[in-house]
Amino acid sequence: MSERPLTQNMRPDGEALTIKEYERTGGYQALRKALKMPPKEIQEIVKNSNLRGRGGAGFNTGMKWSFVPMGNDAPRPKYLIANADEMEPGTFKDKMLIELNPHQLIEGMIISALAIEADIAYIFLRWEYRLAAARAQKAITEAYENNYLGKNILGSGFSLEMHLHISAGRYICGEETALLNALEGRRAIPRAKPPYPQICGLWGKPTVVNNAETFSNVPHIILRGADWYKGLSRSTDGGTKIYGMSGRVKKPGLWELPMGTSIREILEGNAGGMQEGYELCYLIPGGASTEFLTAEHLDVKMDFDSVPKVGSRMGTGTLVVIDDKTCPIGVLHNLEKFFARESCGWCTPCREGLPWVTSILEAIENGQGQAGDIEMLATHGESLWLGRTFCALAPGAMEPLRSGLKLFKSEFEQHIIEKRCPWR
Amino acid sequence: MLSEKETHEIEKELKQYKTRQAAGVEALKIIQRSRGWVDDEGIKDLSAILGMTPDELDGVATFYNLIFRKPVGAHVILICDTVSCWVMGYEKILSHLKNRLGIGLGETSPDGLFTLLPIPCLGACDKAPAMMIDEELYWNLTPEKIDELIKRYGWKG
Amino acid sequence: MSKIYIDNKEHEIKDGQNLLQACLSLGFNLPYFCWHPAMHSVGACRQCAVKIFKNEQDTKGRLAMACMTPASDGTRLSIDDPEAKAFRSNVIEWLMTNHPHDCPVCDEGGECHLQDMTVMTGHVARRFRFNKRTYNNQYLGPLINHEMNRCIQCYRCVRFYRDYAGGRDLNVFACHNHVYFGRHADGILENEFSGNLAEVCPTGVFTDKTLRRHYTRKWDLQTAPSICVHCSVGCNTIPGERYKELRRIRNRYNGEVNRYFLCDRGRFGYEFVNSDKRIREPIINGNPSTKQEALKHISSILSSGSKIIGIGSPRASLEANFLLRTLTGPENFYIGSSDADYLMTSEIIRILRNSPAPSPSLRQIELSDAVLILGEDVTNTAPMMALALRQAARQRPMEVAKRLRIPEWDDTAIRTATQGINSPFYVAAPYSTKLDDIAAALYHAPPDDIARLGFAVTHMLDSSVPMPEGLSDEARSLASGIAKDLVSANNPLIVSGTGCGSIAVIQAAANIAWALCKKGKVASLSYAVPECNSIGLGLMGVKGLTDAFRDSEENTSALIIILENDLYQRTDAHTADNFLNSFKHTIVIDHLLTRTASKAQTILPAAAFAESGGTLVNNEGRAQRFYQVFVPDGMIQESWRWLKEIINIKGLPYASSWENIDDVISAISESLPVFKRIKDIAPAEDFRISGMKIARQPHRYSGRTAISANKTIFEPKPPHDPDSPFTFSMEGFQGQPPSPLIPRSWAPGWNSPQAVNKFQSEIGGPLKGGNPGKRLIEPQQGNQVSYFSSVPSAFVPRIDEWLVVPVYHIFGSEELSVLSPGIAELSPKPYLGLNLENEKLNIKEGDEILLTINFTEYRLSVRHIAGLPKGIAALPALHGINKTTLPNWGRVLKLKN
Ligand SMILES: Cc1cc2nc3c(=O)[nH]c(=O)nc-3n(C[C@H](O)[C@H](O)[C@H](O)COP(=O)(O)O)c2cc1C
Ligand code: SF4
Ligand code: FES
Repeated sequence: MSERPLTQNMRPDGEALTIKEYERTGGYQALRKALKMPPKEIQEIVKNSNLRGRGGAGFNTGMKWSFVPMGNDAPRPKYLIANADEMEPGTFKDKMLIELNPHQLIEGMIISALAIEADIAYIFLRWEYRLAAARAQKAITEAYENNYLGKNILGSGFSLEMHLHISAGRYICGEETALLNALEGRRAIPRAKPPYPQICGLWGKPTVVNNAETFSNVPHIILRGADWYKGLSRSTDGGTKIYGMSGRVKKPGLWELPMGTSIREILEGNAGGMQEGYELCYLIPGGASTEFLTAEHLDVKMDFDSVPKVGSRMGTGTLVVIDDKTCPIGVLHNLEKFFARESCGWCTPCREGLPWVTSILEAIENGQGQAGDIEMLATHGESLWLGRTFCALAPGAMEPLRSGLKLFKSEFEQHIIEKRCPWR
Repeated sequence: MLSEKETHEIEKELKQYKTRQAAGVEALKIIQRSRGWVDDEGIKDLSAILGMTPDELDGVATFYNLIFRKPVGAHVILICDTVSCWVMGYEKILSHLKNRLGIGLGETSPDGLFTLLPIPCLGACDKAPAMMIDEELYWNLTPEKIDELIKRYGWKG
Repeated sequence: MSKIYIDNKEHEIKDGQNLLQACLSLGFNLPYFCWHPAMHSVGACRQCAVKIFKNEQDTKGRLAMACMTPASDGTRLSIDDPEAKAFRSNVIEWLMTNHPHDCPVCDEGGECHLQDMTVMTGHVARRFRFNKRTYNNQYLGPLINHEMNRCIQCYRCVRFYRDYAGGRDLNVFACHNHVYFGRHADGILENEFSGNLAEVCPTGVFTDKTLRRHYTRKWDLQTAPSICVHCSVGCNTIPGERYKELRRIRNRYNGEVNRYFLCDRGRFGYEFVNSDKRIREPIINGNPSTKQEALKHISSILSSGSKIIGIGSPRASLEANFLLRTLTGPENFYIGSSDADYLMTSEIIRILRNSPAPSPSLRQIELSDAVLILGEDVTNTAPMMALALRQAARQRPMEVAKRLRIPEWDDTAIRTATQGINSPFYVAAPYSTKLDDIAAALYHAPPDDIARLGFAVTHMLDSSVPMPEGLSDEARSLASGIAKDLVSANNPLIVSGTGCGSIAVIQAAANIAWALCKKGKVASLSYAVPECNSIGLGLMGVKGLTDAFRDSEENTSALIIILENDLYQRTDAHTADNFLNSFKHTIVIDHLLTRTASKAQTILPAAAFAESGGTLVNNEGRAQRFYQVFVPDGMIQESWRWLKEIINIKGLPYASSWENIDDVISAISESLPVFKRIKDIAPAEDFRISGMKIARQPHRYSGRTAISANKTIFEPKPPHDPDSPFTFSMEGFQGQPPSPLIPRSWAPGWNSPQAVNKFQSEIGGPLKGGNPGKRLIEPQQGNQVSYFSSVPSAFVPRIDEWLVVPVYHIFGSEELSVLSPGIAELSPKPYLGLNLENEKLNIKEGDEILLTINFTEYRLSVRHIAGLPKGIAALPALHGINKTTLPNWGRVLKLKN
């Protein structure tokens, strides 16, 4: 079995690793090493490791950090934020990482803070993750007690404050600039970019936002080096990836596998294949805002470059399997209802277009579809696309719709002609 | 008037943030924890502490999903209605709950025991369908399991 | 200058704009909602999409929001691109999904930006077949109506109200397609500029509630360019009339003055014109009479050859005052301001005329980057100046943004990057003011101490001016901080005025500005003065009311003519009574039956501002022309015309030849050099465009032939206007006239106030042909000014007595606007303001007290006023209170609990 740096030390009983347990398995060694390294070197190693952001977009993490103003003239304080607002439908990986190994995230954050010379760090966690919240808070306290956090960390002269911020619900809070507004106690509306958060983020100061899984990789990269990290992967992206699978499979769950593991391996090898009596119809590769893939894509490698080649994105890498007994229009309706409800209400196409899309899908699903509905949906698929809305929420919402319109043309027509849902 | 306990907890939160306003969401949750929801008076009193107007604080409060600006029942059921749970039988679970409690989504049972609300993905996709009652997460739900759960929270029907 | 290519054609544009501004400036029609020329871009509505191409070879292009894209040199874009057009029509379609389509019953109908943009994008047929969401409306007070269902969520209301005007009680609530714009709970909007919501809102959510009570469509309103008469700022307005009733006031763009906005006093104060207190016919000895009888009566008085005494008016036009002065001769013409106002205004005029520091326009105020307000509660005495000052506070963030290379129009980015920092801003006033929130430091002190602070600041800038003796350490360090910030600014501004009733404060302000000039700074100096023509009158006359009172003893047989003036507002009742009683013959020319008018033997019904034309000089020293909007009912005529007729009776040879207002204006500019430029403000009566006068009624004016069908079946001939190049008719020129003559913002395809874009030479810049108005007072460069040196001594609180200072209310402290029901409702009842935290008194808020000042007694209830220093009480300038002798010492006696 290949290496599983992120999860191999986790306890099988579902309890979190305590600080002692974490230290015993090599925890905080990477921090000790990093404290002796110049920040730019940390950035460089992470950049070379080709760690790509696990929040969904897959931007090279070290590269992202390199835009932060450094040195004595840089504006202060600088902020570092772990995005653990995980609300992308079908995604549950950050929850597991925080619940079972909170110190790994914290160590990753401290090292990353070092790399950008940050002064204050926040973990931005959604409210519903109660267990993760309790464990993260306990771990932060332990880290303070052991001087991994606070003033003059391990005598290095470097200081870092860390706080746990628990949000009050809204998918849009996960969008990094909306997240900044949420942290400032405002309505979580995205901000215009530029200026980018690395220059002008939380309270106008340089800020880096990375996904919780992204940070969890950092200690291992620092400890074992960029080449080792790249070697973990079966693709050009570095490292392992926490893949997940849900839906009517025999063993839904999460697995840390080499980056670039194929969908088939995950489905058949890890998830045990489909449940008895269900056939794979199609799947959503990485959270609700990715385009559908079908059985013909089972051999596609799950990584940031391979999935786009077949017209979708890896996204969060947590797959939702849709079986043949589930109405695809119903799935689309469910997804779009989610996006419509979670629109922040700032820009017109998303605020007004998504409820319309949802209403049409609902009507079709209820046997009240009309001629022209499919064209109307297609129009939305075009006009809520990238560049036309203020942020990426609405285009994300259009990804499943656009692919659904292509894949399920006859199912749509059947609903409209027969005036009913054939699955019900 | 904010209670002494509320005030104390809010003061503690204020220290965590650079601005008073930033503590707003946390402070709203403190009020909600003690009162079940955030009433108009709570908005007024809290906004004064945060250096905001009630209009400003309410603009924030009403944005977020989990700040309740209307009274809720003794227990709040947050039922995940997102894709994995939906695929795994959300509709059946929901209609069972609705029948049992005699209420729809967004409503509170007449005995004031439960409020039923939809919630996006609870991160329990591998154990779908899932829901939360107050701060507890429950998964792999079945109608039987639901009956047992709501009984545990005081349902007598 | 840069070149951009729009649909493959090259255009030259000014640098630093976004593509939307650039396209609109070039005259293209590109729809938009969330962008506003004064509030700039946030990219919310997505209406302004265009196609952008990388280069000439790029044929695919990509959609982008014009308002969020810099118009940099070489940009290639297409407005007509089919994909862009389709998207823009989609956006309207989305907005329409929830819009109620209630145009026929909507107050915005016919001047609705949403209507215009809908037509512009070509969206015509409804495809949305689902339910619309609906909202509850809120009660927002007597001025603004709320109809939330019409909302298209452009966020302009909150951006204006909160970000631009500093209001904090309007906000956006909820999320996704439930977002709601209103207050946390029903209630009166607190901000003084709330009326602008009616123009800022692109549809009918926020509308003018006063218009609603006598509603008329824009196309049925007769309009002409006018000037607000409710304070000294001189905002440009467009009053609208129908059926001889003034229906509303709208903003008239003037790039140097009020630009896009008005204050609520100016917008909603107009209803005094329709007041039942109006005098509509001459009254002789209490009996209504005709014009002929009145003139005959006057003629008989004049034939006795008695001397004529004239009392001018700071709320009457230059023309009316000048004719009165001509009639009486300068030696018998008295400035009708209160004594204190007269002295202070004269001092201000003297200062401005000798000052090396210019008196800035509102636009220049907006661009100042450090501000000291010395003793003036600007929000309540010169409201639009306060709005401009709020923008001045944003100059420093603009500089920061510039350093970060964020363009000036990228509103959210600037706010994110600058996080609420402000330009250095200081307020010294006796009590808390509405600008305190942007101030770096406040100084609450009685007027004398405020003046002392000013002298101290001057000393810090120029040590040749002595430091006031006995200044507290606190004041000393504040003064040094202020001085430091002022010198390090590019365009520092000192603001003061007559508000706190202190000449010393006025002088101290001048000292600071002069000291800054001496240091080579481009400092400016702005004073708020009491009324709309205080400066104009002050430039014309040399004698005050006290002189009139003193001279009255030798004038008992004289005829006194009082022009648009209520002397009971200018002095105490006893003095006014005595004065008025001392004359054998009194003529009052006014539009309202004031206490003074009711004491006159002869009352002549004067036209209110909307019924007459003339020239006013604002606090900047800018002379501006206003035009008659409509011909009033009854025997009302312009004050100047009454006076002209009296002159004719008297027979002054040189004046008898003056035919119309142009002749009067020429006479003024020829006889008084300071007014030389007023004849250049606007074209004369004989101005024609293609042989036509300009139509006051729009091209869609309806019911013209039926308008008096209840009286006659014949259509009456429209009244002739001998004084201006306007007709009282829809016949006439309907296009773009010269800027001083723009009667309304209306352009093909643009029915809403946003049509003003089409009248500007560049978006947000001057009107085509320049902004109207002429400055009469220019700075005296290189003048060796000598500083004022009489420093008042420090304030010493007294036992048992309070120094009572005046406090102003935007709603209530101005005598005309308060006759409008909406304003009256918002005007407070008289009270005595005390800082109850400071004074160890056995008095609570609401207690009844008896205040005695100068033998005058007031029964008042007590109100807590934050910030008032110890020993100071505040008395509101409201009807029934004589503020003319304030500040003054008063005694307070508690009456009951
Ligand atoms: C609507 C929306 C929701 C998002 N939600 C999340 C989220 O819950 N967690 C997350 O890490 N990133 C989320 N993202 C992506 C973030 O904006 C951001 O790209 C990410 O946190 C960067 O981290 P990374 O570089 O480590 O991937 C979301 C983006 C959008 C547009
Ligand atoms: S696409 Fe627009 S409305 Fe939707 S979440 Fe983003 S900014 Fe808000
Ligand atoms: S005007 Fe450009 S997005 Fe609204």
